[in-house]
Amino acid sequence: MTKLMTMRDAVGEHVDDGASLYISGFTHLIGFAAAREIIRQGRRGLRLIRMTPDVVYDLMTAAGCAREVAFGYLGNPGLGSLHAIRRAIEAGDLDHVEYTHGSLIAALRAGGSDLPFAPVPAVAGTDLAEVNPRVRRVRSPFGGEDVPLVEPLRPDVAFVHVHRSDPQGNAQTWGGLGDLKEAGFAARRVVVTAEEIVSEDVIRSDPGRTVLPAFAVDAVVHAPYGAHPSFAQGLYGRDNRYYRRWAELSRDPRALEEHIGAEVHDLPDHEAYVARHGVRLRELSRVGSSPSEPVEYGSNRETAAVQD
Amino acid sequence: MSAEARERTIDAAARWLQDDEIVLVGVGDPSIAAWRARAAHAPNLQLVYESGAVGSIPDASPLSIGDPTLVAQALGTMSVADMFDLVIGGGRIDTAFVGAAQIDRRGCLNSTVVGEYAHPKVRLPGSGGAAEILHGAKRVLVMSPLERRRFPEQVDFVSSRPRVSSELVVVTDRAVLARRPGEDELTLVELVAGETVEAVRAEVQWELRVASGLRTA
Repeated sequence: MTKLMTMRDAVGEHVDDGASLYISGFTHLIGFAAAREIIRQGRRGLRLIRMTPDVVYDLMTAAGCAREVAFGYLGNPGLGSLHAIRRAIEAGDLDHVEYTHGSLIAALRAGGSDLPFAPVPAVAGTDLAEVNPRVRRVRSPFGGEDVPLVEPLRPDVAFVHVHRSDPQGNAQTWGGLGDLKEAGFAARRVVVTAEEIVSEDVIRSDPGRTVLPAFAVDAVVHAPYGAHPSFAQGLYGRDNRYYRRWAELSRDPRALEEHIGAEVHDLPDHEAYVARHGVRLRELSRVGSSPSEPVEYGSNRETAAVQD
Repeated sequence: MSAEARERTIDAAARWLQDDEIVLVGVGDPSIAAWRARAAHAPNLQLVYESGAVGSIPDASPLSIGDPTLVAQALGTMSVADMFDLVIGGGRIDTAFVGAAQIDRRGCLNSTVVGEYAHPKVRLPGSGGAAEILHGAKRVLVMSPLERRRFPEQVDFVSSRPRVSSELVVVTDRAVLARRPGEDELTLVELVAGETVEAVRAEVQWELRVASGLRTA
């Protein structure tokens, strides 16, 4: 069964006001196209969760989508602060839930595995438990010391951007795998957005690259350049110029409003965004070539025959 | 920090990296220190990044720890969960770089808030992976300017705490402070030529211990 739909329909169907949301991608493959569509549709009161909120959640916060942000690292990597989120927190308009990277990914994994909690020993002796009520301690039943635990996370919906997917949602990616598998399995509903839609045969030719099987996926959206200004390994590079520009722009609420108007609201959809940024996206796509050696899986029939 | 002081700090950090070590690198100056070590005395240093890249040979200075240049031609990539659980948590990292706004007598690091948590004077990015890295790595290197406000007796917020069995080394532009395995506080172990114990002590908000074998670099 095909789950292919437009980004507009995927957001319309799967993102409700007030939902908890995880857009995956650890620097690599951040689902910006999904974020822009959520902004375009004017969702409000979202509880945003990411290890690094990154510019993607700064953008959504500036656009007024968020009521809470949960994070491990609140910064624009290498460039300082996320100004829109900082301002909203300081104004009392945005709740924040602090994690560490390890405890946030452990909470997601516990959510996806339906565990009652996950041990996070690294936060013992830190002040995290004082500021995050989702972190508690128990005495280890195997002797020894108190062990901090984190409550599982089950986001209402996750958007997971990948290199390629078939129409059913068998999703494959390569390069930095980040948090996408944990986000995809933890969330109650999952939208895969893919640079390329391929046939099931292509997926079956290389099962080792599958990160989410179709049974974990509710919707599939074709979104080439859907990670821009983040990147897709081997397809296009990270738009560091955009991240640097954001670092300046986001200091000024009025400039941000203009930016969101021009880049999101004035454009009907992601296709229009790609058209608008065609020159820059083509530039970022000149990544050269370094293909992997093909690997051999063997044919099913012949492998079975030689085993008998 | 002046450009010259920064260069000196990077060089001093590079000297702490030994050949064949597995090094968890952050972006910016730690990356530069690791490359200098590879070029100078540690050609077999293996670079690992929190984003999941192992054995990276980056061409350009990455802006983020997940840049494509860290993945192309690397020895491996893994999920962030595997990196935190199996590599960092499993104790596979010999030396790791982390950043901090405050470093205290016990070697606890603060990268979360200056002032009270609920009403901070300065809100910082938070732990990120630092808590896990300090818990898992055998040695942690912190690069910091030697400034009194950065070295309180107790940090305002403990974002990350080193294990007793690990080593914490704070490389500054004027001196190196270290908390060796089993010790409970930072000690002055190295002075940059021309610096004095008194001058360094004046930049630290507690009575700084001095190592018996104090070196001058």
